Amino acid sequence: MPLLTIRNLSVTFATAQGPFRAVDKVDVDVNPGEILAIVGESGSGKSVSMLAVMGLLPWTATVTADEMTFDGRDLRALSGPARRRIVGNQLAMIFQEPMSSLNPCFTVGFQIREALKKHTDMDKAARQARCVELFEMVGIPAPERRLKAFPHQLSGGMNQRVMIAMAIACKPRLLIADEPTTALDVTIQAQILDLLTALQQETGMGLILITHDMGVVAETAERVAVQYAGQKVEDQEVQALFDTPHHPYTAALLAALPERATERRLPTIPGVVPGQHDRPAGCLFSPRCRYADDVCRGTEPPVQPDALGRARCHYPLHAPQEAQA
Amino acid sequence: MLKFFLSRLATFVPTFIGVTLISFAFIRVLPGDPIVVMAGERGVSAERYEELRSQYGFDQPLWVQFWEYFTGVLQGDLGESFITNRPVWDEFFSLFPATMELSIVAIIIATALGLPAGVIAAVNRGKFFDRALMSTALIGYSMPIFWWALLLIIVFSGNLGWTPVSGRIGLLYYFDDVTGFMLIDSLLSGQKGAFTSAVSHLILPSIVLATIPLAVIARQTRSAMLEVLSEDYIRTARAKGLSPGRVNGLHALRNAMIPVITVIGLSVGTLLAGAILTETIFSWPGIGKWMVDSIFRRDYPVVQGGLLMIAVIVMIVNLTVDLLYGLINPKIRKR
Ligand SMILES: Nc1ncnc2c1ncn2[C@@H]1O[C@H](COP(=O)(O)OP(=O)(O)OP(=O)(O)O)[C@@H](O)[C@H]1O
Ligand SMILES: [Mg+2]
Repeated sequence: MPLLTIRNLSVTFATAQGPFRAVDKVDVDVNPGEILAIVGESGSGKSVSMLAVMGLLPWTATVTADEMTFDGRDLRALSGPARRRIVGNQLAMIFQEPMSSLNPCFTVGFQIREALKKHTDMDKAARQARCVELFEMVGIPAPERRLKAFPHQLSGGMNQRVMIAMAIACKPRLLIADEPTTALDVTIQAQILDLLTALQQETGMGLILITHDMGVVAETAERVAVQYAGQKVEDQEVQALFDTPHHPYTAALLAALPERATERRLPTIPGVVPGQHDRPAGCLFSPRCRYADDVCRGTEPPVQPDALGRARCHYPLHAPQEAQA
Repeated sequence: MLKFFLSRLATFVPTFIGVTLISFAFIRVLPGDPIVVMAGERGVSAERYEELRSQYGFDQPLWVQFWEYFTGVLQGDLGESFITNRPVWDEFFSLFPATMELSIVAIIIATALGLPAGVIAAVNRGKFFDRALMSTALIGYSMPIFWWALLLIIVFSGNLGWTPVSGRIGLLYYFDDVTGFMLIDSLLSGQKGAFTSAVSHLILPSIVLATIPLAVIARQTRSAMLEVLSEDYIRTARAKGLSPGRVNGLHALRNAMIPVITVIGLSVGTLLAGAILTETIFSWPGIGKWMVDSIFRRDYPVVQGGLLMIAVIVMIVNLTVDLLYGLINPKIRKR
């Protein structure tokens, strides 16, 4: 049974300038123990779609989906309290900014014990023991002392380890990591990613890794979903995606990788992700796509079959001749 | 923490000297000669006038007068009242408990209502409760205290007859001061009905006095909460599956408390100023009424000593607030 199944997830924000669709008919599938990477440029709706799964969006957001099932339970039908029994327990999330994601008024130990208190029936001593164990798992030296520290007394990398310890405290079945390394130094980035994959191996939990770094994807993920302007434009196994990208956007992201560059200057994708006011008709990527023609600019592209990475494209790349209608 | 405390304490000194100077100057810039006022209708002969002038030291240059006052203050001597001849220090402390009781009850009312109101308004931002509350707070903030007090007296004392109009306790009861706080002393006296009487006397003046701080605290809590609620760590708290009560009431409120405590601290100054008016309206025998009476009597030592004492109390409260910051948010202690 898949761990997380999402069909046609859309999120619309009510803004002062009218409704804005930040996530547009996205499908997500994660199997138990699988690592799924979600990649895309800034503003492509990666965070918003996962916050929708967690139920953490502000009230200005309207979430619709044909299906949203976690571990056999329909997330859409859950009451607030019922959802809060799952969130932070079997379903956990960590965020981009470790420094601001921890409450400055409480010790990190307090903030972890709080999660244990909410979701387990451990007593005080057991909670403390579990905290020490967690800190050892995430590689924080001198756990007893560090548990008494306030977030501002720890470095960004340490705080992200604390966040990870907090997220896995109740042994989640699925961990969503939203750009867990973006705010950290390059050397620390690798450590945190290694930690996440090691923990994933150790515990067998599912892992959704949000990133805009294709390099990270190559090293860690098993499957990749590429998102663009709120839509999922491609979805493939990691090796297949790197070998034969079907969507021009994926191809452009890969071409921007330093180790893949054929010229001395890195190719970049011209233009930016369309926002609320400049959404083009037809294919959303068409203004930046080197292959786009009038069909792309006029009609919304279909979703191609599995064999073509479910690419949202009129003219998927690397397609066998007969598949190109 | 000790260093933090000492650095705050150091700022105390110049402020204290400034306040001494201002309290000294304040009464002297008011027109009216204290000796003439003291003499009253009967007047005073020229010789007697000169005699009194030199007795009180008014014939000395101003800076000499100030120096004597200032050195006295440093030794804890605020001088004696022209009218009663009792030391200002003693008079102040015999009356201060009444003001303190009124102020404490007022600040408790203002905080106990303002804090939750601000939190609920922030959590329900833009909804009916929020709008209703903020409009009410605006009215409370801009309401003339004098008018508001009279309105309450007319309704609750006049029409309904629920509360007495003046004083601290019914005439039926008499007992010695133990703490100076009527609520406590009336309980200690063991006299039946004394406590209820004390409460009923306290209720209207403390509501009047609490009104402006209540509005200020509610508004400040709301805006501080709104800012905190959009912080990342609130999202983290919710991602842990914590209940909204815990997220808002613990994680958010704890961080929002810094600006709120600041206004509560600042309210103490406003409160002591408000107490002067409130005590006068309700004939509350505290330092507010004492100060007003003394100003009319040109009782120089009382006015300057009283002002100085009030200022020092406000300064102590602000110092305490500074120290509280460090306790609430350990990050602040570092700076
Ligand atoms: N509360 C909100 N109200 C209105 N619009 C929002 C809100 N939150 C996000 N958005 C918009 O939704 C879009 C998608 O945002 P999202 O944060 O999911 O992007 P992202 O892919 O995670 O980008 P990044 O890589 O920068 O994290 C953005 O255009 C953003 O401005
Ligand atoms: Mg994001």
